[in-house]
Amino acid sequence: MEAVIRVENLTKKFKDFVAVDNISFTVKKGEIFGFLGPNGAGKSTTIRILTTLLRPTSGKVEVSGFDVVRQADEVRQHIGLVAEKIMLYDHLTALENLQFFGRLNHLPDELIKERVEKWLKRLHMEEWKNALVGNFSTGMKQRINIIRALLTEPEILFLDEPTLGLDPQTTRLIHEFLKELNSRGVTIILTTHNMLEAENLSNRVAIIDHGKIAALDTVDNLKNKVKDIKHPTLEDVFLEITGREIRDTLKQKVVLSSHHRPGAIRTTKRVR
Amino acid sequence: MGRIIKDTFEITKKDLKEFTRDRLRLATFFIMPIFMMILVGFIFPNQNSLKNIPLGIAIDDQGKIGERLNKVFGELKGENDVKIFEMKKYKGLDEIKDGIKKQEINGGIFIPGDFSKNISENKQTDIVIIQDQSNPQISALVTQTVIKIIEGFGQSLGNQKLNAIFIRWPNFKKYSPQAFITPILTKLEGIVPGSTNYFEFMAPGIMVMVVMTAVLTGLAASISREKEQGTLDGILIAPINRLAIILGKALAQSVRGIVQGIIVLILAILLFGVRVYGNLLLVLLVVLLGVFSFVGLGILVSAIASEQETATQLLFMFQLPMLFLSGVFFPIQQMPQFMQYIAHLLPLTYAVSAMRKVIILGAGIADIKNEILILLVFGFITLVISVPTFKRIITR
Repeated sequence: MEAVIRVENLTKKFKDFVAVDNISFTVKKGEIFGFLGPNGAGKSTTIRILTTLLRPTSGKVEVSGFDVVRQADEVRQHIGLVAEKIMLYDHLTALENLQFFGRLNHLPDELIKERVEKWLKRLHMEEWKNALVGNFSTGMKQRINIIRALLTEPEILFLDEPTLGLDPQTTRLIHEFLKELNSRGVTIILTTHNMLEAENLSNRVAIIDHGKIAALDTVDNLKNKVKDIKHPTLEDVFLEITGREIRDTLKQKVVLSSHHRPGAIRTTKRVR
Repeated sequence: MGRIIKDTFEITKKDLKEFTRDRLRLATFFIMPIFMMILVGFIFPNQNSLKNIPLGIAIDDQGKIGERLNKVFGELKGENDVKIFEMKKYKGLDEIKDGIKKQEINGGIFIPGDFSKNISENKQTDIVIIQDQSNPQISALVTQTVIKIIEGFGQSLGNQKLNAIFIRWPNFKKYSPQAFITPILTKLEGIVPGSTNYFEFMAPGIMVMVVMTAVLTGLAASISREKEQGTLDGILIAPINRLAIILGKALAQSVRGIVQGIIVLILAILLFGVRVYGNLLLVLLVVLLGVFSFVGLGILVSAIASEQETATQLLFMFQLPMLFLSGVFFPIQQMPQFMQYIAHLLPLTYAVSAMRKVIILGAGIADIKNEILILLVFGFITLVISVPTFKRIITR
């Protein structure tokens, strides 16, 4: 199957700290690709590079056939991003938020209206379109946030922890919706700490640790690699690969020593 | 280009809409200039603002002239028919000094025992003015006014005396006694009618200062807030030119800055009687140029600072010295030479100078061409540095 994302020898350094260390992988058109890893492993940095929000230090990254550095605008026309932080303005209504982002993506007002109405209805948010986003619950905000990312009807949708802090009902709705989008041909890159979510949704999973890809395969193949447990889950696979020690991270800038030992408690630099 | 302009306006519109919906920010926006003007306008005194100033007087004089002088002081009225001095009688020089120490009075006059006698005998006589050194500003005003009154009173006495002499000497009839007492009369002329008080000196400076604060702090806060909330990523992921983001945000802040500047001007005119002798459009042009010269700095700070708090701290460090060095509150000419050199490197200095010339002196565009040129150059240089820095930093 055709690859929509090609990453070759990607490295991202913040001064002395290597956040992403020479990784390569491809994402095929139409798949749900789970991108997992402990805190500070390099997931968000990789996603930010793929979505043109960060520049790679070295390596080649192509999204929808366009180079993320040289053809950033073309890449932006083919992707949607649901980041960890909700990208909406509290003092604007749901509709105003969506119109604003739609216009920034150079969509005609008529098309914005048509798509907004379609998705609002699908995610049960139609009656709240004229309410201020600041008054919404996290689940309501996230549903509008997803619609925002879908306004351009992107070929690839990136989701970073899309169900974090949501109730089971909204989580279920979003999972069903993502499957539905995928069945219509949208490629989905999903970053999550929820192993069950990754297991249920992903066709293939990449586990990133210490900036390197530690494993990349289908969920079943990964499970088969765990020998000690009779019926392993994706969580068992994850712990087997990344270890059981807690990965504490600091948000402030920390320069790591050059003799940093992999696997030891690790500090990371916040990605801007 | 057309697309950049469209995207710029889209961001400006969004920023302003968001701002007008935030009640707290809106309230601060209006209250800040009002508060600033009222505070400054009422605190800093001018000549006319001496009202009911408690002034001590001790009269040892055996004659009646001392008492007449006291009456003159007591009856002196200023603006709105309000008495300038509240006279309080004391028994002697030491008691007046005690009164100042207790802050019962803002100064005092001691009239010695031989005051009337000396005047009657055509001898020079003394009056002692006691100053309140704890309050130099009021003290200077009070002393100046008291000296003026005493001199006027003395001249009137001299006039009476010479009149009496001239009547007796027919050869002198053709002369005016006043020409002997004050042979030289000074005439004051200004560029515009009337005299300027301290508040009129400050009002243009405050106007520019408010605009500068709105643009610098507002721009940095706006960008840092979006960074923190994550909404900046939503804008950055759209296929738009980064220049449109900066311009859109800068334009929104400029609109706010201009509105605040206009509020300050209206308050200055309505509440404190500041007169604008220059063209109002020229006032607006200076505001716009001020905004243009500060925008680059605002962009630079917001690019460097990752959080709102850092941006505010960085700006505070920069703004505070600028306020004191740029002649907003004190004339630059009074500063030490090295500070004057620094003042001439700051854009606020030129914006304040241009605004003062237009508002107070009624200057035209040709009179402020140097200031206009410097503000344009400053704005251009800072934008040339800050725009690529912003672009580089947000996707580094």
